[in-house]
Amino acid sequence: MSEAAAPDLREVRGPSALSGGRQRFFDLLWLISVTEFKRVYFGTVFGYLWSLIRPLMLFGVLLFVFTQVFRIGSDQVEHYAVMLLLGIVLFTFFQETTTKSVTSVVDQEGIVRKTQFPRLVIPLAAVLTGAFNLGLNFLVVFAFVFAFGVDPTWTWLLLPVALVFLFVLAAAVSSALSVLYVRFRDVAIIWTVVAQVLFYGTPILYPVTAFDDPTIEHLLMVNPLAVIFQQVRVWILAEPQAPTAVEAAGGALNLLPAVAIFVGLCVFAIWIFNREAPRIAEDL
Amino acid sequence: MATSLESNTPPAIEVRGLKKSFRIPTHRVDSFKERIVRPFAARDYRELRALDGISFDIRRGEFFGIVGRNGSGKSTLLKLLASIYRADSGTIRMAGRLAPFIELGVGFNPELTARENVVLNGVMMGLSPGEARRRLDAIVGFAELEEFVDLKLKNYSSGMLVRLAFSLMIEVDADILLIDEVLAVGDAAFQQKCADAFREMKAAGKTVILVTHAMATVEEYCDRAMLIDDGRIAHLGEPEEAGRRYLRLNFEGAGAIGASSTTGSEDAPVKMLGARIVDANGERTSSIEHGEKIRIQIEIEARQDFAALAIGHLIVNGDGVGVCQLRAPIGGDPPPPIAAGERLKVETVVDNMLGAGHYFVHCGVNRLLEGGVALDVAAATDFVVFGGPADRGLVALPQETTTVIEKAQA
Repeated sequence: MSEAAAPDLREVRGPSALSGGRQRFFDLLWLISVTEFKRVYFGTVFGYLWSLIRPLMLFGVLLFVFTQVFRIGSDQVEHYAVMLLLGIVLFTFFQETTTKSVTSVVDQEGIVRKTQFPRLVIPLAAVLTGAFNLGLNFLVVFAFVFAFGVDPTWTWLLLPVALVFLFVLAAAVSSALSVLYVRFRDVAIIWTVVAQVLFYGTPILYPVTAFDDPTIEHLLMVNPLAVIFQQVRVWILAEPQAPTAVEAAGGALNLLPAVAIFVGLCVFAIWIFNREAPRIAEDL
Repeated sequence: MATSLESNTPPAIEVRGLKKSFRIPTHRVDSFKERIVRPFAARDYRELRALDGISFDIRRGEFFGIVGRNGSGKSTLLKLLASIYRADSGTIRMAGRLAPFIELGVGFNPELTARENVVLNGVMMGLSPGEARRRLDAIVGFAELEEFVDLKLKNYSSGMLVRLAFSLMIEVDADILLIDEVLAVGDAAFQQKCADAFREMKAAGKTVILVTHAMATVEEYCDRAMLIDDGRIAHLGEPEEAGRRYLRLNFEGAGAIGASSTTGSEDAPVKMLGARIVDANGERTSSIEHGEKIRIQIEIEARQDFAALAIGHLIVNGDGVGVCQLRAPIGGDPPPPIAAGERLKVETVVDNMLGAGHYFVHCGVNRLLEGGVALDVAAATDFVVFGGPADRGLVALPQETTTVIEKAQA
C-alpha cells in the first residue's frame, strides 16, 4: 500500500446499468459469458450436443414435413434444407437468449440485492453466451451448406454484418424484457407467445416469395428479424431468384418501418433499463 | 453531535444529508394483466422513511462500527454505501475502492470451480481479470483450500465456502471494506484467523466499516461507532457509549413487549412497584465491583391470593445471553401463602462473580405450587460490573490451583 497516493473523494451515485465503470463492465461481461459457455460446453459430456440437438431435431422434423408432406419447400427453393437450417439456427439463438434473459435478473437476485453489480451485464451475458453458441452452431451449418452443394461466394463474408444486427436486436429485447419482468411477472408468458408468433412471422419455414403477393412480402419486411434472415439467406445461398430484403420490401424506403422498429427497440431498451436499473434491488 | 476529530486525516467516506424512503404499495401490481384490469391499483402506497437525512464522515484508516436494531435504517445505509440502492437525496463521496460484504460469498456460483469463482468475484470487487488470477494462489492459500481449487463450489462444505469468501475479501485489498456480520461464522480456529486479519487490517491503516450486533466486536476493534435509530444518528463517537445506548434501545423494546403481555401489564396477578440494585446500606446503585454482592431489590403487590410465590430473576449480559438464573421462594422456606393486596419487598443477594460489563435483570415472579408466571418484566433494572481479574470470559469463578513438582529422577 502506498501512503502517498491518497485517492480523491468521488461521488457514489448508486447502482445503474453500467455501475462500477466501463472497464469493469466489459471485464465482467466477458468473464461471465466465457465461464458460462465453458460450463455448458465442457461441463457435461453431452453439454454442447444438447444445445445443438434441439435446433437439429426441429430442422429434421420441419424438413420432412415441408419437403415430403406439403412440398412447399422443395418446389420453390433450390436449397430449401439449407435455408431452413439457417433460419432455425438463427432463430433458436434469438429465442433462447431472449427467453433466458427474461428471468435472468430475477434469477440472479442474490447478486443484484447484495452486491454492487452492473445490472446490464446480466442480460447481455446471456446474449453473449448465446452468441458463442451460435458461432459453434455455424460450424455445423456450414457442414450442411457444403453437403447440400452450395458453392461459396464472396457474400459469405457479409454474414457478420447481419449477425451484428441480430445480436443488437437480441440484446435490446433481452435487456428490456429482463427489467420488465422484475415488475411484471407475466412478461415471461407473454414473451413465449410473442416468440412463437415471431417464428411464423419470419420467413424461416417458407420463402418470402411463397405467397406470390407483393403486399404480404412488404408486410413481412416490417419485421426486423425477417429483414436480417432474408439478407442472410441471400448472402449465404446466393440464389439469383431470391429477392434481397430491399427487393422484398419493395424499395429501400419500405424498409423504414423495420429500421424504425429496430431503432425504437434499442432506444426503448436503453431508456427502460436506465430507468429501472437503480431500483431493481428494491423491487425484487 | 460532538465528534472528536482528533486528527486531520482526510475522510475516506463523506456522507451528507442522506435520505431514502421506500414505497410500499398497499396492493402490489406485478403483472401487465393486473395493470390493464385495474389501472390505478398501484397508485396507493405508503411511504416508509428508512433514512432521514444523515451526515457523517469516516476518516481514512478508521475502524468504524455501525450498530442499530433491525428496521433502524442500518441495512439501508449499508446498501446505499455499497451502491445497491440509490439515495433519494444527499450525497455519498468515497476515496478509493470499496469492497462490500453484505453477505459472505453471495457472488459465488455453485456450478463453477473455486478457481473460476475467485477470478469472477475478484473482478466483481474491482480487480482486473489478470490481477484476480495472480492473487488466486494467495486467496486459496489463506483459506487453506489449495487441494480443492478445481472443485465445484456446490461440493464445498459451508465452512469451506466461508473460508474462501473471507480470504477473498482480505486479499482483494480494497481501500475500504464494508463488512456485515461476518465474524459470526466459521469454526473457532477460523474465527481466530479472522480476528488476526482484522488486527492486521487495522495495523495496515485500512478503512473498515463493521456492521454487527456483537457489541464486544465493536468495542474491541472500532475507533468510533455510530448508532442508528429510526433513520437518524442516535449516537456517533465512543464505541462503548454506542454499545450502551444500543442495548438500552434493545431492552426498551423488549420491555415494551413484556408490558403488553398479560404478565407485565396492569392486570397481571402480581404488580411490579419497583426494581433496583442497592448497595450494602440499601442505597440505590448502578455499579458493582467484582467480588462484592449484587443486591436486587423488587417491590411487588399481590392482586390475588397465592398459595406461594417464588422469585425467578434472570441476569442477562449485554449480548442478550442469560448468564444466571436466580430462584428462591418468597417469604422463607416453606413459603407462606400470600393474600391479595399484600405488598412485599424482596431482596436477592448473590456473589458478584460476573466479568466486567453491562448487565440487565429480567425480574420474574412465579406461582410456586400451581405453577405459572405471575410477573415477568424484561430489563427491570440494570447494573455495570467493574474490576475483576479476568478480561475474557463471561464469569470469573473462584479458583484454586495446586501444583505438585516431582523431583527429577537422578
